[in-house]
Amino acid sequence: MTKRIEARFEQCRAEGRAALVTYVMAGDPDPETSLEILKSLPKAGADIVEFGLPFTDPMADGPAIQAAGLRALKVGQDTVKTLDLIRRFRAEDQDTPVILMGYFNPIYVYGVDRFLVDAKQAGVDGLIVVDLPPEEDDELCLPALKAGLAFIRLATPTTDDKRLPAVLSNTAGFVYYVSITGITGAATPDFGKVATAVERIKRHTPLPVVVGFGVKSGAHAAAVAQGADGVVVGSALIDALKGTLDAEDRATAGSVEAVTKLVKELSEGVRSVAKRAAA
Amino acid sequence: MSAQAQPNSYRTGPDERGHFGQFGGRFVAETLMPNILELEKAYEEARNDPSFHADMASYSTHYIGRPSPLYFAERMTEHLGGAKIYFKREELNHTGAHKVNNVLGQILLARRMGKKRIIAETGAGQHGVATATLCARFGLECIVYMGAVDVERQKPNVFRMNMLGAKVVPVQSGTRTLKDAMNEALRDWVTNVADTFYCIGTVAGPHPYPAMVRDFQCVIGTETREQMMQAEGRLPDSLVACIGGGSNAIGLFHPFLDDKDVEIYGVEAAGHGLSNLHAASLSGGRPGVLHGNRTYLLMNQDGQIADAHSISAGLDYPGIGPEHAWLHEMGRVQYISATDDEALDAFQLCSRLEGILPALEPAHALAKVVELAPQKPKDHLMVVNISGRGDKDLFQIAEHLGNRIV
Repeated sequence: MTKRIEARFEQCRAEGRAALVTYVMAGDPDPETSLEILKSLPKAGADIVEFGLPFTDPMADGPAIQAAGLRALKVGQDTVKTLDLIRRFRAEDQDTPVILMGYFNPIYVYGVDRFLVDAKQAGVDGLIVVDLPPEEDDELCLPALKAGLAFIRLATPTTDDKRLPAVLSNTAGFVYYVSITGITGAATPDFGKVATAVERIKRHTPLPVVVGFGVKSGAHAAAVAQGADGVVVGSALIDALKGTLDAEDRATAGSVEAVTKLVKELSEGVRSVAKRAAA
Repeated sequence: MSAQAQPNSYRTGPDERGHFGQFGGRFVAETLMPNILELEKAYEEARNDPSFHADMASYSTHYIGRPSPLYFAERMTEHLGGAKIYFKREELNHTGAHKVNNVLGQILLARRMGKKRIIAETGAGQHGVATATLCARFGLECIVYMGAVDVERQKPNVFRMNMLGAKVVPVQSGTRTLKDAMNEALRDWVTNVADTFYCIGTVAGPHPYPAMVRDFQCVIGTETREQMMQAEGRLPDSLVACIGGGSNAIGLFHPFLDDKDVEIYGVEAAGHGLSNLHAASLSGGRPGVLHGNRTYLLMNQDGQIADAHSISAGLDYPGIGPEHAWLHEMGRVQYISATDDEALDAFQLCSRLEGILPALEPAHALAKVVELAPQKPKDHLMVVNISGRGDKDLFQIAEHLGNRIV
């Protein structure tokens, strides 16, 4: 049921490298530009794409992603339109896994059952919903697994060995390790500690472990790729995009390219670290 | 809304997962879950520890000044010509509002847990002032998140917090009001999980906050029962309180929920009216998930949280505590609303008739007392919670009434 995700990690393993996972916000700075960016990401070296579902009150996100969500909402982005963009992406790219990442309220209000049907049909492979810990698995995680969508869980530095089995129990696709206690785009993690944490999680699960939060450059990506099966970059891409917007937050000629340029650098960083092909 | 079976008791919630019916829960980032479970455990232990209750009682008496009086509002009663009106005088507490009851409990709990850094969100500033006060008293670091818009409209409270040694952080994100202050406090907590205690100001947030804050505020209703028995030899016939998040209201209501003959009214802020900008989550919202719990929220079709509006910064929140959402669906409490203008009229009436300047928040409750009391017989006993004093609002009220305080 998580075929595209599994195939993509398999491919990366065969190439002896970690996967690059990129995050951009749907509808930022406008729907068409965000679709163009989404389409350009795999071509620039992204292996898996995360598309942000805008929300007014993103309590785990730093200033970059908060502002991106508000820009998208300002031009009228909503859940229906976001699924539509994914449908259009999927029409041209049948292989790159698409993960929808956001907060529960827009999904809850859309209606969980209807959302799962529509998301699956649009070509979504997995969901990351920040404010749904294992304690609330009945809400979306279990219905999503039943509907054939991966529910990708966040593990954090505060998730100890006692809690890990609960966090991993209903997760699918991959595990997302949050490298710091904090919000997106804030501190740069201690890469040594991250490697130790990834090892710890891998003792509990056969799933790939990807690492995100605070990864900003090709060098960071290379450092994380030493131990992890994948590297997630979000805020840095959004910052790159924001740097090209005009005074009214509109896209300019260089907007898409600013993002792809950084993705290429990150991709080179990830590819600079040779990993053993999986046995 | 489906008809639901009435429970044997309305006072047993929440369940072990923090649910009041379908409301409540623990909708937070994984980083916070271990902290929330630790807090739940620590609170359970404290709740069952007589020494914790002894500490609470001692500081309540000598520091806060409890019990607060139950006062017969004779002239208001005469003026309205119906129910006999009593004021529960929470505005006489140290720091001038009911907020301090909850903060005392949480700060004593933080001390038990060995947490040295306290964070809080605040709207009007009353919860921020209460938190800054108790942090000063116990020598704890205090950081208060406050929307930049609220910092501007509640300057005296910002100064009070500064004088008490707290650091007030103006929040520039989102709509720059109370909900954004709460987002920013949660972001701080996610970042500083190890040493930080988040002192939430109302009966919202993830479990165990709604239950814990309610328990700390129940002193209001418990005292009211005893005081009314002494004054009149029986229980009141009705209770009225204003609701933003709903902590002063649940504190008054909860000890009476199983007394079926007691009518209970919660008053939300209708702002410019329910068809315009307002803050009445139950009257004008629907169920959603925000700030760690499922409850009634003001939002658009896509689940994006709407801007609330009330003349009272303390009621200016797009959600409501999950237990109120449940009591609303069960029909045990009647939730009604008062507009900005009705609250301003009630503020003036109370000031002139009783010599008590209520805060704009309880002025909303008084506005409905003005409506309800004349419909009741003279032997009907009505209690309204005067949850805070109006000094903080004088500049704003003067502006609305076309006067200027130099």
